[in-house]
Amino acid sequence: MSNFSKTFSSTLGKKLIMCLTGLFLCSFLIIHLIGNFQLFKDDAGLAFNEYAYFMTNFPPIKVVSYLLYLSILVHTIWAIMLTQKNKAARPISYAKKGGNGSIWSSRNMGILGTMIFVFIAVHMSNFWYNYHWGTTPYVEYRTDLNTGITQVKELSETEFTGHVSYVENGVQIIKAKDLYKAVAFSFQQLWIVALYVAAMAALAFHLLHGFQSAFQTLGWNHSKYKPLINFLGVWVFSVLIPIGFAAMPLYFFFK
Amino acid sequence: MNLTLKVWRQKNSQTPGKFVTYKAEEISPDMSFLEMLDVVNEKLVKTQEDPIQFDHDCREGICGMCSLMINGEPHGPKRATTTCQLHMRSFNDGETIVIEPWRAAAFPVVKDLAVDRGAFDRIQQAGGYVSVGTGGVPDANEILIPKTIADEAFNSATCIGCGACVAACKNASAMLFVSAKVSQYAMLPQGQTERYERAKAMVSQMDDEGFGSCTNTYACEAQCPKEIKVTNIARMNREYFNAEFIKG
Repeated sequence: MSNFSKTFSSTLGKKLIMCLTGLFLCSFLIIHLIGNFQLFKDDAGLAFNEYAYFMTNFPPIKVVSYLLYLSILVHTIWAIMLTQKNKAARPISYAKKGGNGSIWSSRNMGILGTMIFVFIAVHMSNFWYNYHWGTTPYVEYRTDLNTGITQVKELSETEFTGHVSYVENGVQIIKAKDLYKAVAFSFQQLWIVALYVAAMAALAFHLLHGFQSAFQTLGWNHSKYKPLINFLGVWVFSVLIPIGFAAMPLYFFFK
Repeated sequence: MNLTLKVWRQKNSQTPGKFVTYKAEEISPDMSFLEMLDVVNEKLVKTQEDPIQFDHDCREGICGMCSLMINGEPHGPKRATTTCQLHMRSFNDGETIVIEPWRAAAFPVVKDLAVDRGAFDRIQQAGGYVSVGTGGVPDANEILIPKTIADEAFNSATCIGCGACVAACKNASAMLFVSAKVSQYAMLPQGQTERYERAKAMVSQMDDEGFGSCTNTYACEAQCPKEIKVTNIARMNREYFNAEFIKG
């Protein structure tokens, strides 16, 4: 066995894989949230649809997105492998459970992670799959560059020949897949909104433990910067980010 | 005090065990938990029954021999206290107390409440030592060590290897123990020679013994009778990754 495969097959090596993929997924959440804030723009989805096109077609981002899908799978599979090892380490459990000084989320990362995984599957089949290969509505934006007024027209499948953006006689014409409309439509359904909000609650608790835990695994636990890591873990990753995401389905549902 | 005990009885590692209920009567609140068990055992011996087997040695809280999961907590309800230093005044008259052995695949039950913690010895033998010169006796304090470092290393070295961290951990992970042992040498000049080999060897032995992995719940720190800190685990991770990726 080579040195590297030996290192990564050790308990600490497997934990390192969990930690690095987890932190990479955390960094993605920030980008995803900032980008998706364009859903709140009152422009019939012009900015959001342009952003969606850019994110799915700009080559460097495509590479990163495949890394992201891989990270989700690796994070999940390695979690299962570690959990199996952990279960095997205690074949007979205690008859009496006492308070043991740990927080609830730290003991239930598997359940929380499973909820998030189910959510990701639903979320990707809702939007990612449909945007790439399924059915989405099409839209045409005609913006008069002198007045700045935009006219929006739904296009049929035959009228849409691909994503275009050009200027003709002082009018900017953009034809795009209308992911914004698909999002707005999905978030009219109560069960989808409920699922998204519940998943974000699971994410909040997952990150409440996960973010600071990743730094502990890396060996970065020092009294000087531990308070900063804890602050980011609690307020940014388990409060701001989940609330920001949960606000999107709620916004469209009550709009 | 009169108490009801539900004690795990198991003949040996091959035989399945079960709970047996005993009455502990006329117990003084000033007795230690082990003395209370001694009273119960004396009664069992008088009636020709097999006494309850449990580990103990110094009964001063420094040897690491006593164990026991008492009402679901390693070394019982009192923080920073070993079972031998736990007094019956920590319990209420008439209370039912559930007593179980440490539960871990790496700690097989020898008999009743006594488990084999040889896995810890083997981890220690894998790298928990330092090389020393065999010449004349060196002068005391020949090697100067800053007070803060000496204190920190000593804090790690206070680990008595009792296994409460493994018992408390939901994954039966030995990371707190191993990290304390890696740390106490990694911080001191005497420990530098084998520093990186030590981290690799001890982690490897820990894995071979079948302990679980650390999920950073920090239950170990909360339950450790010697209050070993989880910063030791972070240090061990640094030592290990350094050894594997940079220094190795």
